[in-house]
Amino acid sequence: MTRQYKTSTAKRMWRTASNHIATGLAILSTILVITPLIVIFIYLLYKGASSLNLAFFTQTPRPVGETGGGMANAILGSGLLLAVGSALGVPIGIAAGIFLAEFGRGGKLANLVRFTADVLNGVPSIVMGISVYSLIVLPQKHFSALAGGVALGIMMIPTITRTTEEMLLMVPHAIREAALGLGVPNWRSVLSITLRTASPGVITGCMLAFARVAGETAPLLFTAFGNQFWSVNLNQPIAALPLQIYVYALSPYDEWHRLAWAGALVLIILIVVSVSLVRYVTTRGVLKGAS
Amino acid sequence: MNLKIQDIRVPGPFETPSPVSDPPSGPRPGEEPSTIRKFLLSRGSSAFADRGFRWLMVLCACTIFGIVALIATELILRSQLTISKFGIKYFFGSAWDPVNGNFGALPFIYGTLVSSLIGLVIAVPLAVGVAVFITEMCPHKLRGPLSFFTELLAAIPSVVYGLWAVFVLVPLLREHVNPILMKLLGWTGFFTEPNFGIGMFAAGVILSIMILPVISSLTREVMTAVPHSQREAVLALGATRWEMIRMGVLRNARIGIVGSIILGLGRALGETMAVTMVIGNRPEIVKSLLAPGYSMASVIANEFSEASDDMYLSALIEIGLALFIVTIIVNALAQLLVWAVTRGAPARVN
Repeated sequence: MTRQYKTSTAKRMWRTASNHIATGLAILSTILVITPLIVIFIYLLYKGASSLNLAFFTQTPRPVGETGGGMANAILGSGLLLAVGSALGVPIGIAAGIFLAEFGRGGKLANLVRFTADVLNGVPSIVMGISVYSLIVLPQKHFSALAGGVALGIMMIPTITRTTEEMLLMVPHAIREAALGLGVPNWRSVLSITLRTASPGVITGCMLAFARVAGETAPLLFTAFGNQFWSVNLNQPIAALPLQIYVYALSPYDEWHRLAWAGALVLIILIVVSVSLVRYVTTRGVLKGAS
Repeated sequence: MNLKIQDIRVPGPFETPSPVSDPPSGPRPGEEPSTIRKFLLSRGSSAFADRGFRWLMVLCACTIFGIVALIATELILRSQLTISKFGIKYFFGSAWDPVNGNFGALPFIYGTLVSSLIGLVIAVPLAVGVAVFITEMCPHKLRGPLSFFTELLAAIPSVVYGLWAVFVLVPLLREHVNPILMKLLGWTGFFTEPNFGIGMFAAGVILSIMILPVISSLTREVMTAVPHSQREAVLALGATRWEMIRMGVLRNARIGIVGSIILGLGRALGETMAVTMVIGNRPEIVKSLLAPGYSMASVIANEFSEASDDMYLSALIEIGLALFIVTIIVNALAQLLVWAVTRGAPARVN
């Protein structure tokens, strides 16, 4: 007769117990992870909302010791820097994404470009700031908004490249083949048909890069440098929202702390809106006309 | 040729098509080409425009290489002064004396490594736990919101984390957490007075919060890449759910999980703003984790715009060069590991 193999009761009990322990630990770690996020958000809302008023958006900083004032110059500065950065980063990034998706599928160059873009995404932003400093600020001998914008633009390129590639790959082949079958030249089909079909996704990818770069402080520390006054000159130092938050947070003045919290709240709202929008577009598959 | 697309006549749905006995092979000598062929020939070739367009796209893709080359050349160029004066001993000296021109990067390397290590030790178990929960144990309806929340953690800017850390985390650590650590673990020598709150440990904690979503989302991606057949095979052999996760999923995905941990390490090494605000800015190597320290990115952020002479600036840029090389190596290694498991699918972080 074959022997009956039976696990001992103790072994069976240990297996069920370890299953329950593992589930408990997983739930515990999830709670431990979600809690700081919720705490940070609630604290930010509480601290920021009380100091967020119209003056914050319309006034420049007051001298130390006076109450009131706002961060209007920082908001404008951030907008200007992002505009310069987008002008540099978005066209190049989308073009590189088009190359990866349309012309390079499976080729050695495309794989290398993709790998390099992913690695470049992980390079610290302060290193980018140093290289733009030595490229633009040192020869010009002064800080400028242009240098800050170039630093931000360089940071946007790898992100936009990868998201554009992913969005273009989602366009079904039938559309491309239909265009080519009608005799549309390849370049025209890529631009007017494939890119246009994927444009909601591409635009939200750009928005994601935008939001990520809007919160970057380190590259601006020694390129745009910050400015106490209202300035729209590209050749002068300019204020930026995250830069201002950094300076104010480390200062000893309560009034400036209050402004820093309000600025942080504005930044977080911008980023939450962008991330939610990106998620909405990519998970709902809003590629109208694709099928 | 003024052929328009409306002039081309294609057989309608109920007409019999012309016999297909002759394959279309172009006009025989003496015959006119077909209408469609005449139309296409009249349009002209787009080969030139196609080639130009493709060339333009390749150029833009190569700007990515150009960016890496640009960063590398600028860093190496501007740090020549310290490279020629100190050589490799720069990374082993612990004196940071800008006044006398004596520079040594060891305290910063120590600070970066220790704060990143603390961050990893705290973040990795939590991140893997969250990933396991979301992928395997979570009810389907919760999956979307939970992954959205963890991605939101990744999107918060570093300076906002720093702001919160300075005003909320540091007092919390100073008043409540550090005294307990000093009482329980003070005998090891790692948690001793003085207790300012601001220090290496605070930097490690805020780093762990920041790299958690990175490790978690990559681990989730790697775990979903494991084919279902593996899970089903283990379950068919009579395993409990945890045993299925351990043997069927984690064992297959462990290379990718190691890759995601290394990617989190890479992010922690380069983190600047939040660490600068809570690390204490003291360039000394001290055994206690509660003491202030200094990291490579922090010294650059703090002292770059105040560097008074060329040697000082060159010393800081050389630290930046070291940071660049280390993060490139770490990130490349991590991407390779994750790629090995997901087979070329993009290793996205956000």
